[in-house]
Amino acid sequence: MTMKSDFYGLADTLCAKMTGSEVLLLNFNGEETDFVRFNMSQVRQPGHVQQRYLRIELIDGQRHTSATLTLSGGSECRNGRDESVDLPRSIAVIEQLRQRLTELPEDPHLLYNTESTSSETQSDHRLPAANEVVDQILRAGIGHDLVGILAMGSICAGFANSLGQRNWFASHSANFDWSFYLRADKAVKCAYAGVEWKADQFQAKVDGALEQLSVLEREPRTIPPGNYRVFLAPGALADLVGMLNWGSLGLKSYETKQTSLLRMITNKAALDASVTLRDNTADGVTANFQSQGFLKPDHVELISAGTHADWLVSPRSAREYGVTANGADDWESASCLELAAGTIPQAQILEQLGTGVFINNVWYLNFSDRPACRITGMTRFACFWVEDGQIVAPINVMRFDETLYRALGENLIGLTQEREMILDAGSYSRRATSSARFPGALIDDFHFNL
Amino acid sequence: MLETIERHFRALAPAVDFCSLRFMAEQNEEIEVRQDVLQPVDTADDVGVMITVVDQGGLGYAATSDLTLSGLRGALEHATNWARQTASHAVVDHGQITRPAPVGDYAAHVALPWSQTPLSDRIDRARSQCARLKTDDRIVDWSASLWWISSEQLYLTSDGGRTHQRFEYLIPGLSVTANEGSETVSRRYGGFDFGRQGGLEILDQVGFDQQAPRLAQEVLQLLAAPNCPTGTMDLLLSPDQMYLQIHESIGHPLELDRILGDERNYAGTSFVTLDMLGSYRYGSDLLNITFDPTIADEFATYQWDDDGVTADRQYIIRDGILERALGGITSQLRADQPGVANSRACSWNRPPIDRMANLNLEPGDDSFDDMVSGVENGIYMQRNTSWSIDDSRNKFQFGCEMGHLIRDGELRGIVKKPNYKGISATFWRSLKGVGNPDLFEVLGTPFCGKGEPNQVIRVGHASPPALFADVEVFGGE
Repeated sequence: MTMKSDFYGLADTLCAKMTGSEVLLLNFNGEETDFVRFNMSQVRQPGHVQQRYLRIELIDGQRHTSATLTLSGGSECRNGRDESVDLPRSIAVIEQLRQRLTELPEDPHLLYNTESTSSETQSDHRLPAANEVVDQILRAGIGHDLVGILAMGSICAGFANSLGQRNWFASHSANFDWSFYLRADKAVKCAYAGVEWKADQFQAKVDGALEQLSVLEREPRTIPPGNYRVFLAPGALADLVGMLNWGSLGLKSYETKQTSLLRMITNKAALDASVTLRDNTADGVTANFQSQGFLKPDHVELISAGTHADWLVSPRSAREYGVTANGADDWESASCLELAAGTIPQAQILEQLGTGVFINNVWYLNFSDRPACRITGMTRFACFWVEDGQIVAPINVMRFDETLYRALGENLIGLTQEREMILDAGSYSRRATSSARFPGALIDDFHFNL
Repeated sequence: MLETIERHFRALAPAVDFCSLRFMAEQNEEIEVRQDVLQPVDTADDVGVMITVVDQGGLGYAATSDLTLSGLRGALEHATNWARQTASHAVVDHGQITRPAPVGDYAAHVALPWSQTPLSDRIDRARSQCARLKTDDRIVDWSASLWWISSEQLYLTSDGGRTHQRFEYLIPGLSVTANEGSETVSRRYGGFDFGRQGGLEILDQVGFDQQAPRLAQEVLQLLAAPNCPTGTMDLLLSPDQMYLQIHESIGHPLELDRILGDERNYAGTSFVTLDMLGSYRYGSDLLNITFDPTIADEFATYQWDDDGVTADRQYIIRDGILERALGGITSQLRADQPGVANSRACSWNRPPIDRMANLNLEPGDDSFDDMVSGVENGIYMQRNTSWSIDDSRNKFQFGCEMGHLIRDGELRGIVKKPNYKGISATFWRSLKGVGNPDLFEVLGTPFCGKGEPNQVIRVGHASPPALFADVEVFGGE
């Protein structure tokens, strides 16, 4: 049995148990992942995780409540027959939800999809065995200090409701997120991820990283606090702009005046005309449905040519503020954030940077003044001091504290023509399926304060 | 269910050097009333096991939510395969680690159990406080929440170990936001910095019902307040900022797995090195930091860690000198250093790693007035709102919700957006005042992130207010 057939079978049985005006929403997510952690080119912790979760939401009129439970996927012999372990547990949960509904008031902001919009997205399983990949990684680490995490296996998500809608998403993917360390905090950060694992492609990534590592052997430079021309590589820019996902892209954040983009509305503050930001689900690697059953549009334009365009709107916000939902989840954050490409060829970046700081990675970002969209954070991994278009030396880590209004507004020199697809290696609770596609950015007067 | 799990585990009888099973069942419920509307009431029941195998010097784990005998057998096979396949490449010979086989039961004290209070009462408790937050048209968002968690853990070892632990946690929260034009400020209580073990009695212990009017008043004061000034001055931190200061610039850099390099690809390394243990001056003589699992209601109090090691109180820093790091039995062997019982996993589906658990600043002698009166030019900051620190846990910048200027030994006007920055290696040496036991507050966060695969876990921090000399302070735009 597969996760899909298990989920659909369970959904059919549970949905058939609705009575009267009851509506059932079911959200499933599961994964079967090998996680192998490395340190100093050796194995720190190897393991396997198989998990299945089902969220059951029971609705009756404007009353609703939900419960999430782990599913077994297994069966046990009862009365001489193999019976599903999950079905009786799920039925018992629905009974508990029925009881709880009687104690709850009507919810004026309840909204769920009532049009049947079924969909399926799934990729073939083209990955080699995990231990084969581990062998390649161990070989790549010989003579070097390699540290990181390999996550590979299947990820599934499903939605079903008692109105007949069925949605399924499944992918088999690998994500190896690692660093080569030279000494202390001097390292090169690398990633190889996708639905295939090709030994030659992986080796090319390794070779490229080791080439960068050789530059780190130069004596590091400590630069004093001040304003510098900088180049933010795509990953660093994605992290910086990705801070908007901390409560700044959703309608609720605007209506409650907590978005860091508020000044784009109240003060007509604008970013540079080259800045166009969208949530591009169509080109992402995540499910195209959300937990109330709405499909996500191919894309939502959030900032258009430097001015604010639209908010991400969850069903709940749609009901609360009287607008139309646009496929956002409850947190109203983007899962496939994408910044439009610019005009600077990547090959000319060092020349156009001239003298300044080449920032490959940033770390531990946070708002230091949310209404001003001022963000502080650190440089990390391979960041370099550049003079006259030549890399001179790695820099010791520096703290920056700068507003997006300045960095992507009056101080933005330009964005690169080339963009990079970044697959989220995160695995809090479960493996992430979010992604980002960003160019690099050349910025003047970027403020370092420590 | 526990009996069945134990029976299944004993039936597996694996032919390996060591095997353990860690069963975790966690229930939670969150009640939030926002703008006087009850938000969706969600519950969760998360149940699963992790089987860990040590064989031929290797270690492997496998976690599953399939608790049938065949499910556990499959997990055992995965764990055994990983242990054997990676044994010759493991960072340490796991067979050399002495693993305890503890036996016993532990249950956190709960006076007013959540589950024995009707749902309607729990909702009313949040609703009544939410209703007191909207006191002015400039208040644009407000909410009250109660987040309850119940956790049960069974740990079995192939050599006869069996422990059973039960915990209950409560995280209350209040939030109020005010706006005028493009300026927005918030005041919060609890939520991500306040959690304790126990039941609804915690609400009375911390005066939950008395917080809302104060927050509503303060948020309007903040909205009208000037920006925090820039300068080098004395800094007095309240416990709801001290918890974060301890967490980021003492707790994380002292995690032994960071020092050993495990976290370098994600959470980072540490400015602390093994040769500093036992001799390094981390702070002034007033700095006394303990790993303390004996405070009953603190967030991360437990009897045994997730490797079965008995937890006891240890000084980490005494009179300013670093005595030991925070490392469980695996890290202790790798580093050849003493540690603490802090090998912890966030759930059944993640392996144990070195975590902070309860890490506290021991009280000093000063009253609050003593500390304020000794300041000529300074600022008192309350409640963390922004946190950032480098990957070696050295250069930090933190922001608070509210500041009070201190001039000539007296608290003066309120300022908004107070931030400060410093360097861990030297910051604690400027500690010049520590509040007395009457000012000691038990706090903690449910959101400490770390590890690959990623884990978010509950940690406790108790602290009085503390005073630091000559800190760089600044405000917003």
